[in-house]
Order: sequence, then structure tokens, then C-alpha cells
Amino acid sequence: MDDLAARFPYFMIAILLAVGVWGMVGKRSLVKKLIGLNVLQSAIILFYINGSIREGGTVPILFHGEHGYAEDFVNPLPHVLMLTAIVVSVAVTAVALAFLTRIHREFGTVDEAEILSETEQQA
Amino acid sequence: MAAQLPALIPVPLLVLSIIAPVVGMWRQALAFWLAVATIAFSTAMSGWALAHVIAHGPMTYKLGGWEPPIGIEYVLDHVAAFVSLIVMGVALAVVVATRRMAEQEMRGRQGLYYSLVLLLLAGLTGMVVTADLFNLFVFLEISSLAGYALVFLGGRKGMLAGYRYLILGTLGGAFYLLGVAFLYFATGTLNMADTLAVLSASGASTPVSAGAVFIFIGLGLKMALVPLHLWLPDAYTFAPSSVNTLIAPIMTKVGAYAMLRMFLSVFPDGYLIDEVPIGQALVVLGAVGVVFGAAAAFRQPDIRRMLAYSSVSQLAFIAIGIGLATPLGFVAALLHIMNHALMKGTLFLAVMAVRLQTGVSEVPALAGLGRRLPITAAAFTVGAIAMVGVPPTAGFFSKWYLSIAAVEQGLWVILAVVLVSSLLSAAYLFRVLERAYLAQLPAAADGAHDGPEGEVRRSRLPLFGVTWEPKMDVLLPLVLLAAATIVLGVLNVAVVRHVLEPGT
Repeated sequence: MDDLAARFPYFMIAILLAVGVWGMVGKRSLVKKLIGLNVLQSAIILFYINGSIREGGTVPILFHGEHGYAEDFVNPLPHVLMLTAIVVSVAVTAVALAFLTRIHREFGTVDEAEILSETEQQA
Repeated sequence: MAAQLPALIPVPLLVLSIIAPVVGMWRQALAFWLAVATIAFSTAMSGWALAHVIAHGPMTYKLGGWEPPIGIEYVLDHVAAFVSLIVMGVALAVVVATRRMAEQEMRGRQGLYYSLVLLLLAGLTGMVVTADLFNLFVFLEISSLAGYALVFLGGRKGMLAGYRYLILGTLGGAFYLLGVAFLYFATGTLNMADTLAVLSASGASTPVSAGAVFIFIGLGLKMALVPLHLWLPDAYTFAPSSVNTLIAPIMTKVGAYAMLRMFLSVFPDGYLIDEVPIGQALVVLGAVGVVFGAAAAFRQPDIRRMLAYSSVSQLAFIAIGIGLATPLGFVAALLHIMNHALMKGTLFLAVMAVRLQTGVSEVPALAGLGRRLPITAAAFTVGAIAMVGVPPTAGFFSKWYLSIAAVEQGLWVILAVVLVSSLLSAAYLFRVLERAYLAQLPAAADGAHDGPEGEVRRSRLPLFGVTWEPKMDVLLPLVLLAAATIVLGVLNVAVVRHVLEPGT
């Protein structure tokens, strides 16, 4: 039972990953694809953060003159990496939303199949 | 200054990508010259770096002065300098040659267009020089974001192609990031050399192998490995002509390079073969992709779509070379990265020239254009026979090395794949040449007045008289690229001995 509790975050992350991929690949609406993408990225961010946790660890700040051992602190590097990853994901989302507004203005819909049938008629 | 070389390749591109659009708001034309000057500078730096590396060995650069493995490290070794020079050199030729096409397609938005081009190149060269797994992800996303936006500019169809490219490309990036997480938690480091050292000492473990699989899927999407190539044909077909001419020769190559890096400098020798069968997967998917891409290319009426599927096929060659994971296999893969960049650059540029002058891009409509555009058609022919692999063009030698590397491993079936794909390439490319040289111009257009769509541009060339050829700014890069496919083919022994063998 303890084992299961320890693995609980990993199960949740795996479920989030699956939901994200399903949204990106399985949904017809371009907006839902983007939402799936964001869920996937959140799952990965949570995975990094979860990996940084150390039982009984504290905030990784040393005051002047203090000494400490790495075992006493939460690993700060994944947090820093994920700040960058969040910036990247915000940038991707912003570009995707800009694309979506243009697509919606052009086609009047965000349904992939409808857009496809319209571009094929035109050709 | 030589010590700063690794940073001097990507950083100017990154900085100018912010300056170019501002200048472009003031003077459209100036944005182009700024972009060309920057790309020329980075090309020169790549060339200098390659010479320096050959003479003095690999060089490293500590970003911000932080010691690796804590800080981010840039490493220029033989392979990195080589790939960087190819990417920048081909990009320089293409950007110069597509100036007027871009003027047409990006009317009033050239400043922003060149900003995206510089951003794309900054991301690609950054991926090449970095020796940090997470930094690689950031550069991957920079280049990809610029790529999505460039594809999106291609009108109504380009919009959907660009959006799908964004979704699948970001999925690839996310998988790569997930793989890096597994590696990081297993090794505690993100520096490539350090990861290699830790993994060599610790041996195989399940998390590391799982991470390798995620990285493989992520980079496989970026390098359009079958069956992860679905984004590529639409993106190349519907992107603006100035854009697909630029991204087709270089973008997927850098994805392939990143994959090669994983074999060369992240995972210990043999790990990706013995512990987790990624090398085998690359060989099998590569063999399938080579034949599938060539067969799909054969059926396409649109020449850009045909070349896109041909890219899928050629990328699969590189995948086989990487997957063999022998020094000779790596040499073959790297040589093919160079050859394919040159060949595809030549072919796409020739297609762009025809489109610029006549507005045509369907294979049947090319009838008789060989006589109206003699130089462009000759360049296309050179690219085509190189793609088929006729000696002494560059395409022959990489297939030769690949065949030897495969036979060395007892994989005779790869030899058959190489032969079949050469025949298929010949079939789809000679179909174009047949239309261009042997078919007659349509009767209505045969009068000296009108072209296929009634708005053909003409120019006067020495020796050829009045033709439909583009001006020198397009012809010169085109001829240079075509010449390079032959010259570098002849000189392949020198390239292999001085650059590729020490690097792998």
C-alpha cells in the first residue's frame, strides 16, 4: 500500500500524458488539440517537479556563512529548467492562438475536417 | 577571437532577428541586406571554425563563464563545425536567391519574414553547437516555432499545414523533454559529456532506456522518420516557395544531427543497440521509409510534394546510417546530410526559379520548359542525377559508404533497399526531366508571346539570347549549389578523411 502511495504522482502524470496525447491526436477541433498540447506540457512539468522532491528537504537557500548538505534541500535545478519550459510552452501557445484566430477569420470554423473539405473544394 | 567561435555562430543570428524587423519597418529592402550580411557572417565563422577544428582539434565555450557541468557548454568538434557550415552555406545561397520570391510573397512584411528566417537559423545552429541536453530543447523549440510561422504564411492551405506542423512538432519537442527528464534523474547532469561519463560508469538501467525511447520518438518526429513524417509533405507543399526552398534542405537535417549526437556523445558506445534497440529501429524504419518515400514521390503531380516525399526517403537513408552505429555508418549519415542539403537545395531552388518566372509547379505543366530555361533545367538535372546516385555526383558516394557500412554488418537487405530506391528515384525524377526536355510546349503557349499562365518574365542572357531564365541573383546561387554537388562528390575522400573520420 505504501508502495502504491509513493507511486501515486507517477500514475497521475501518466494519465495526464495520455489525456494530452489523446487530445492532440484524437480530437477534430483545432482548439482541443491545443488544449491537449497544454495538458501534455503540464504533465511533463509536473514530472520534473515531482523528481526534484526530497523527503524532509527544505527550501534550497543558504544564508551568509551557513553550511549545508545537498541531502537537506529540494533539488532546485528542475524548477529552474521548468521555468524555461513554461516560457517555451507559453510561447508555443501564443503562436498557436495567433494561428487559430487567423484560421477562424479565414474559414469561420476551427474544425479540422470542415477546413480540409473547404480547401479541397477550392483546389 | 578564435576562442569565442562556438558562440559567434548562433548569437549574431539571434540578435539580428530582433533588429531586422525594426529596421524593416523603416526600410523593407534593408531588412534583406541585414539578414544576408548576418548569415554571411555566421557562414564565415562556421568555415573558420571548421578550419580551426581541423588544425587544432575540438573547441569548447563556457557560456557566461560557468564551469561545465554546472554551466551550459558549447562544443564545436569536427561534426558540429561541418554540419553548421553546411546549414549556413546552403541557407546563404537560398536566402540570396529567394529575395524576389520573398518580395512577391511577403509583400510589405519582409522585415518580419527575415526576422523569422534568422530565428530559424539561430535555433538550428544553436542545436548544432550546444553540448547541453536542455539547451538543445530550447534551441529546438526556437527553430521549430520560427518554422511553424514560416509555413503558416503560405495562404489558406498553408494555414492548416502550419497548424498541424505546430501540433506534431511540439509533441516531438515534448517527448524529447520527457526523455531528458528520465536521463537527468538517472544521472544528475544535463551536460552531454558528463552524461556519457556517468552512464559509462553506471551501466544500463530501465529509466535511462525509457528516456532513450522518448528521445528517439521526439527527434524522430523532428527528422520526419517514417511513420512520424505526416507533417512534412503538407508543410513543404503549402509553404510559400521562398520558405520551402529554405527549410527543405536544412531543417530535418538538424533533427537527424541531434539524433546522431545522442549516439556519439550522450549514450555510451553500443548502449542504443544492446540495451535498448533504437539503432535497430532506425535501420528498420529507415529501410521502410526509403522505399515508401520514393514510391509515394512517384505518384505526386505537384513537383513540390514529390520533392517532399523524396525528402522523407532521403532522410531515411540518414536514419539507416545512424542506426548502424558503426563509424562507417556515421560517416555515411553525415556525408548524406551534406549531400542531401546540397541536392535538395538545388532541386527546390530550380523549382522556385521556374515558379518565379512562369508560375508553374505541376509536373505536366513543365512541358518544354527545358529549352526555355536551359540553365535552371541543367541545374535541376544535376540535382536529379545526384539524387539517383550517379557517380561522380555527391549522392553516389554517400550511398556507397552506406552500402559498405551495411554489408560490413551483414545487412545485405540494405543494399537491395539502396538499389530499389535509386531506381524509384530515377523513375520519379526522370519523369520530370522527360516533360521538361522531350515534351512540346503547349500549342497555345508556344507563340513567343505567352507562357503557361500568360505572365512569363523574360531576360536576356549571353550565349542563350532571350530566355525565360531568372536574373543572376537566382541563377548564381543555383549554379553554385549544383556545382557543389559535383565538386564535393569528387572531393568526398578529402571530406571523409579530414572531417568525418576524426569526428566520429
